[in-house]
Amino acid sequence: MSGDIKLSDHSPALRRVERRLHRRGLLRGGLSLGGLTLLTGCNLSDGDTVDRLLWAMSRFNDKVQSWLFDPDQLAPTFAEKDITTPFPFNAFYSEDSTPEIDGDTWKLEVSGLVDDRTPWTLSRLRSLPQESQITRHICIEGWSAIGQWSGVPFRTFLQRIGADTRARYVGFRCADRYYSSIDMATALHPQTILALDYGKDPLPAEYGFPLKLRVPTKLGFKNPKHIAALFVTNDYPGGWWEDQGYNWFSGS
Amino acid sequence: MTHDPEPIRFVAVHPLVVRITHWLNAIAMVCMIMSGWQIYNASPLFPFTFPRWATLGGWLGGAIAWHLAAMWLLVANALVYFAYGLAGRHFLRAFLPLTPRLVWRDLLDALTFRLKHTVGAYNAVQRLAYVVVLLLGLLAVASGLSLWKPVQLHGLAALLGGYEVARRIHFLAMAGIVAFIVLHLTLVALVPRTLVSMITGRARIPASHAEVEP
Repeated sequence: MSGDIKLSDHSPALRRVERRLHRRGLLRGGLSLGGLTLLTGCNLSDGDTVDRLLWAMSRFNDKVQSWLFDPDQLAPTFAEKDITTPFPFNAFYSEDSTPEIDGDTWKLEVSGLVDDRTPWTLSRLRSLPQESQITRHICIEGWSAIGQWSGVPFRTFLQRIGADTRARYVGFRCADRYYSSIDMATALHPQTILALDYGKDPLPAEYGFPLKLRVPTKLGFKNPKHIAALFVTNDYPGGWWEDQGYNWFSGS
Repeated sequence: MTHDPEPIRFVAVHPLVVRITHWLNAIAMVCMIMSGWQIYNASPLFPFTFPRWATLGGWLGGAIAWHLAAMWLLVANALVYFAYGLAGRHFLRAFLPLTPRLVWRDLLDALTFRLKHTVGAYNAVQRLAYVVVLLLGLLAVASGLSLWKPVQLHGLAALLGGYEVARRIHFLAMAGIVAFIVLHLTLVALVPRTLVSMITGRARIPASHAEVEP
């Protein structure tokens, strides 16, 4: 009999459910103490109201930040001697769970509001103009680290694939099941790059081999690693952390 | 001059604008400090963390949602308060004169239990404490803005020594504000009628003290 149900077979669905539960309780769970402190007689159902208010304020903060965003304002750059060594590993899983990807067979899928959906190989991405930057990565947790990334300016890439740059979002899906999205203004910012290298070498696995989006005008979690697919869209794509309550825009 | 026949009378001590902004600020400050402690715990600057019961938000995402929502209340309320204080001469009346000599004199008097309490006026030590906490509030907002927008407001962040220095300044400003709150609440506990007058705006003066010198 092969009637055994393996939990791992259902793990993507379980994770989705888990995330949804987490999201519902997440802002609310922390609200009960706030409720106790601030709203006399607050109970869990009042928590729902507070939860909705917090989500609404986060959407309002998205609007304020996109209005504050100056497409010509560059993130500060640093000298090679300022680079943080070792650069910290960071993900929603531990370092030994980093996906192993074969660069020879890897392809970047492109979809949505673009003219050319041909998948991209690593060598074709390397044939595009490359740029390098030494910038500060700021984590939502508060810590920061300075690193050097090189790769294709994202604006150049979007032009090559004939992206509709009047669309609102660019979304990313990653080999480690991470996903995220950014606004088009940030996608076109001169320092937003599809990074292929860290320092002088191709991105090591722990920093996002083979492809990472480097956005020095946003918090670290808006810099997806191990990118497998990207798409241009007008439908809000959300993100792994964003759907749980991290502010979506999270601009620096 | 005829004397008031009543044994007690009331004087206005806190204008309505001051009372409203005081209580809104109290709400905003509690939210900012407790959610800030939860954010701090995600990546502690120093070898300690804040106990869970003292934090707000439940987890980092919830705490940041609180922090970046309550900041609007804090700043909007502060703008009303500062506009009123500067335009309406409230600051001049409440916080001046303020000289080191006056502070020293009132501090010595207080420590030797000789300080006279004048209803409706602050002594020099109180004036100094209020001015310092207002400056700490400005520093907390300036450093907070440069942590929220280190690229868009990179001039402000650079003025404060860059992102990592701004983080520490933000923490120290919080610590100073919390120290003020502890002192403030202690004094309110010792003289509870000051709590009543921050609600009603009035303070009771016994007739015998009505002509107390300023």
